[in-house]
Amino acid sequence: MDNLLSIVTFIPSLAALILAIFLRGDDEAAQRNAKWVALLATSLTFLVSIFILAQFEPEDTGFQMVEEHSWILGMTYKMGVDGISVLFVMLTTFMMPLTILASWEVKYRVKEYMIAFLVLETLLLGTFMALDLVLFYLFFEGGLIPMFLIIGIWGGKERIYASFKFFLYTFFGSVFMLISIVAIGIVAGTTDLVTLQTSLFDYSTMDLLGFEIPGGLQSLLWMGFFISFAVKMPLWPVHTWLPAAHVQAPTAGSIVLAAILLKLADYGFLRFTLPMFPVATDILAPMAMWLAVIAIIYASLVALVQEDMKKVIAYSSVAHMAYVLLGIFSATQQGIEGGIIMVLSHGFISGALFFCVGVIYDRTHTRDIEAYGGLAKRMPQYAVVFMFFIMANVGLPGTSGFVGEFLTLVGTFQVNTWVAMFATTGVILSAAYSLWLYRRVVFGQLIKESLKSIKDMTAREKTVFAPLVAMTLLVGIYPSVVTDIIRPTVAQLVENYHAAVDAADVQPEMAASH
Amino acid sequence: MEKTILLAPLFSALIAGFGWKIIGEKTAQWLTTGILFLICLLSWILFLTHDGEAYTVTIFRWIDSGLLNADWAIRMDRLTAIMLIVVTSVSALVHLYSMGYMAHDENWAEDEAYRARFFAYLSFFTFAMLSLVTADNLVQMFFGWEGVGLASYLLIGFYYKKPSANAAAMKAFLVNRVGDFGFSLAIFGLFFLTESVNFSDIFAAGPQLAETTITFLWTDWNAANLLGFLLFVGAMGKSAQLFLHTWLPDAMEGPTPVSALIHAATMVTAGVFLVCRMSPLYEYAPEAQMIIVYIGAATAFFAATVGLVQNDIKRVIAYSTCSQLGYMFVAAGVGAYSVAMFHLLTHAFFKALLFLGAGSVIHSMHHEQDMRNYGGLRKKIPLTFWGMMMGTLAITGVGIPLTHIGFAGFLSKDAIIESAWAGTAGGFAFWSLVVAALFTSFYSWRLMFMTFWGKPRGDKHAHEHAHESPWTMTVPLGVLSLGAIFSGMLGYNVFFGDHDKMNAFFGMPAHHAEATVDGAGHASEAATHSTEADTGHAAPVADAAGEDMAHAGPIGAIYMGADNTVIDDAHHAPTWVKVSPFFAMLIGLITAMWFYLWQPSLPGKLAEQQRPLYLFLLNKWYFDEIYDAIIVRPLLWIGRIFWKKGDEGTIDRIVDGVATGFVPYLTRLAGKAQSGYIFTYAFSMVLGIVILVTWMVIGGGAH
Repeated sequence: MDNLLSIVTFIPSLAALILAIFLRGDDEAAQRNAKWVALLATSLTFLVSIFILAQFEPEDTGFQMVEEHSWILGMTYKMGVDGISVLFVMLTTFMMPLTILASWEVKYRVKEYMIAFLVLETLLLGTFMALDLVLFYLFFEGGLIPMFLIIGIWGGKERIYASFKFFLYTFFGSVFMLISIVAIGIVAGTTDLVTLQTSLFDYSTMDLLGFEIPGGLQSLLWMGFFISFAVKMPLWPVHTWLPAAHVQAPTAGSIVLAAILLKLADYGFLRFTLPMFPVATDILAPMAMWLAVIAIIYASLVALVQEDMKKVIAYSSVAHMAYVLLGIFSATQQGIEGGIIMVLSHGFISGALFFCVGVIYDRTHTRDIEAYGGLAKRMPQYAVVFMFFIMANVGLPGTSGFVGEFLTLVGTFQVNTWVAMFATTGVILSAAYSLWLYRRVVFGQLIKESLKSIKDMTAREKTVFAPLVAMTLLVGIYPSVVTDIIRPTVAQLVENYHAAVDAADVQPEMAASH
Repeated sequence: MEKTILLAPLFSALIAGFGWKIIGEKTAQWLTTGILFLICLLSWILFLTHDGEAYTVTIFRWIDSGLLNADWAIRMDRLTAIMLIVVTSVSALVHLYSMGYMAHDENWAEDEAYRARFFAYLSFFTFAMLSLVTADNLVQMFFGWEGVGLASYLLIGFYYKKPSANAAAMKAFLVNRVGDFGFSLAIFGLFFLTESVNFSDIFAAGPQLAETTITFLWTDWNAANLLGFLLFVGAMGKSAQLFLHTWLPDAMEGPTPVSALIHAATMVTAGVFLVCRMSPLYEYAPEAQMIIVYIGAATAFFAATVGLVQNDIKRVIAYSTCSQLGYMFVAAGVGAYSVAMFHLLTHAFFKALLFLGAGSVIHSMHHEQDMRNYGGLRKKIPLTFWGMMMGTLAITGVGIPLTHIGFAGFLSKDAIIESAWAGTAGGFAFWSLVVAALFTSFYSWRLMFMTFWGKPRGDKHAHEHAHESPWTMTVPLGVLSLGAIFSGMLGYNVFFGDHDKMNAFFGMPAHHAEATVDGAGHASEAATHSTEADTGHAAPVADAAGEDMAHAGPIGAIYMGADNTVIDDAHHAPTWVKVSPFFAMLIGLITAMWFYLWQPSLPGKLAEQQRPLYLFLLNKWYFDEIYDAIIVRPLLWIGRIFWKKGDEGTIDRIVDGVATGFVPYLTRLAGKAQSGYIFTYAFSMVLGIVILVTWMVIGGGAH
């Protein structure tokens, strides 16, 4: 199959088309059909995507399974995967069926809901596989729309505010990326990512409106991408859309948002920032890493005082994504591998945690922590699963959370001990807010009337959790399943990066800061 | 066999925890207990057949990233072997004991199943502890380190309906995380400098680390000292040393068998084990060692003072544990690692015995824990009484002065005090340990007298119904009593007394012969010398012996530098030093008799008279209050400020301000959104894109 990537990418949107065209009515049967079509389509996507993984040659550090066609308006349709993107793709295809299964209880406009998720999957997969800047941008921005709809239509009470906040924030960031992309197109004369990966943009100091810009053009392009990714990640101080969006989004929306959508930023750092702008990265990475440190401590402290379950997990996401940034910008083997593991790990864990909230939200229709307490008595199985993911979130060794956190910090320490030290305080704070949340929800006497007849997890809910538990443990106990796939590509990336930086040699104080 | 020892408790924990509904609660209890006894037997075989040579059993690959390779593996050497028998013996006995202790529990309703969960946690703890002590690299050790933390958290909070238990569980986890913060940084640093996390590589790098400087935070540090200190921060958390000790007394919220297993005999000694394990690093880190000595000595003293006035029987023993751990750290800090391990071993027996004895008392008194409501229980529960008596004789260090005949603590504690004298030239550490020994004797006997002597106090009903515990509980008391009596005498020579036997036992090459000159003169001279080494630079330490080791890494389970003569010097301590702990014990005993047997009104009067001091001690030097005021509250306050003033007050306001230009447009859109039109538009838009792209692909693919 020489167009395997396209097949995987477009199975979901084909299913969406089928739903849009053929499914009529909004009765129970239609709703059930919509759900099943979506579930089957996403499951099929996952199964087919396993072929991508099977065909993937880790030793080959270039792009594989490349497809290239000319397209409308002189643009190119070019797709491919490498050691960086292949696991982002797998994470997406793995999470989507679970997401669909997690939203089985949706009652309102089910068909449209499923279409939105299916389209979203296509756009996400396309983003990770696109090897043309314009195509990438289309997928990247396109993903905004279904998410905007999911929050705006199926969200909670303040969904309108949250959805617009989400949209404007990310749109604001994207404008800068668009400018950078246009500039790249003009300067380099191509939007082909394979070519661009090895092209070195001018980094001589530039004079812009009287300001000296070290790193010149590279720095400017870097900033354009960085602003966009910082919003997406989200990085302090442009993170406030995330808690709002998470709180208002339906459970499945939160899962996709946390598990996959945020990862677009990490993918972007690995695909664009590090390989294309190494000199600028060398100059600007300290700034990014300090912002990440602030994000870790700030978001963790804010998480500590939240009263809404989803907000705790949302702020926890802000903190955890900052570790990924640290790992990537450390530009070390451990840091980047840790960052990618963290991406996967946070996908499983935060997805599961949002579903944990969803499970009890479905029963009581409140996310208020105060409304709970003592669930362990009536929901022992739920208590076990929730505890498992809380501990994974805390980064307990044996779970994937630990491997990611540990390796990113190992990488960070090699570059900057201050940053590493402050970031490591996050392990104390994450334990504080996670355990505090768990204690108030699950432990204690069960005295609330509304909980006296609450039921434990259903078979469907267990089915959603089971693969997530399995993956969290697998990556935690045998992370080589991941590192064996990404090692050669990451090693190449690190080597190219340092070669470029050494050749440029504009930042002598970086070496001294060891 | 090594793999079986390590993994069997994990399997029994999983089966008991997840499968008890199928196999039944009773089977789950017997299964976990049976497996523990089995691996206990295997551990003893391994211990007795171990010849001192270290070897590694690899299980499978774990973290493998660039130069960082950490396997799941078992490192077998003498230290591991000692820990194996300590952990499995105490754990097996505690399992057995728990069958009786947990049989009825008024914290649970009749229809609530809790026993299988309890046993699963106990076995899981054992697994985590074993993976800690068998680790061959720092990362696996950290896995065990956090794993026991999790088990401890789950077991302290076992009575999850009780707010106090939940608070204590969280506190334990968080304070330990503060320690882990230091531990993690040490691992990062060690990897950064040695490019490895495996013990054998790090051990071999000891001499180089002593001569390396590392830039950490604001300045340059001597690598060995800095990393030694950071590791010790981890040890402080796990072993409840001063400043990070506050969780241990609160941990008594857990069921008593848990306190015996985790918070007395095994987990809390992990910090001591860590320091001994890293002896090839600490031998080159004199300043870190000095900090360990000071913190250890201060903890021993501090905890003993607080123990004097506590009324909850478990809290007395908890503070006693804290204090005894301080002793061990002093020994490890002065370089007498084997002595630290000796006390770790004997302490495991007698402290587990005391806790299980206390549990038996509590059990017989219907979960009354306040000693003021005890009294005269000697006749009611004779077996428990005799068990606790053995434990008390052991902890207070009863024996025949100037011989090697005595209860366990007499030999091991006195060895520490002598080492402290030799290692610090009779300084602060020595004196605080002697005073702490006096206090130890006082509070231990106070506990005995208040519980077993005098007239029954408190609830009459409880006293009338006081009854001896079932055999499952008294048999472990008996076995541990044997340990409390004999372990000191049996272990004396190989841990401390005989230079050559000790070297053989730990597989160490003989760096230097037993010093031949007797008497105080030589000893004090040598002690002064080692003090110089403590404060001076480490460079001279890395002499010939260090260079020999540079490539292969030191041989043996512990490493003592060529000029580390602390144990020999301790042997030659003057007589007054050797008998000082005995007299301290005697003074403590007589004072306790005077206060609680002859003049029972005296303590009350004294407390009245010295009210501020009494309250200061009763409130544990106000550590909790101080931490609450300077750490917990400010952090929550800052969190709230960040949230309300930062996120909502500043960032969102700016965002809204930027969006002001859009606002009229926004409201109009929002109005439409309410009616649903906007979403229909957006929806058609996205479908349009999809159709476009899909068409392009299908069309493109056909080319």
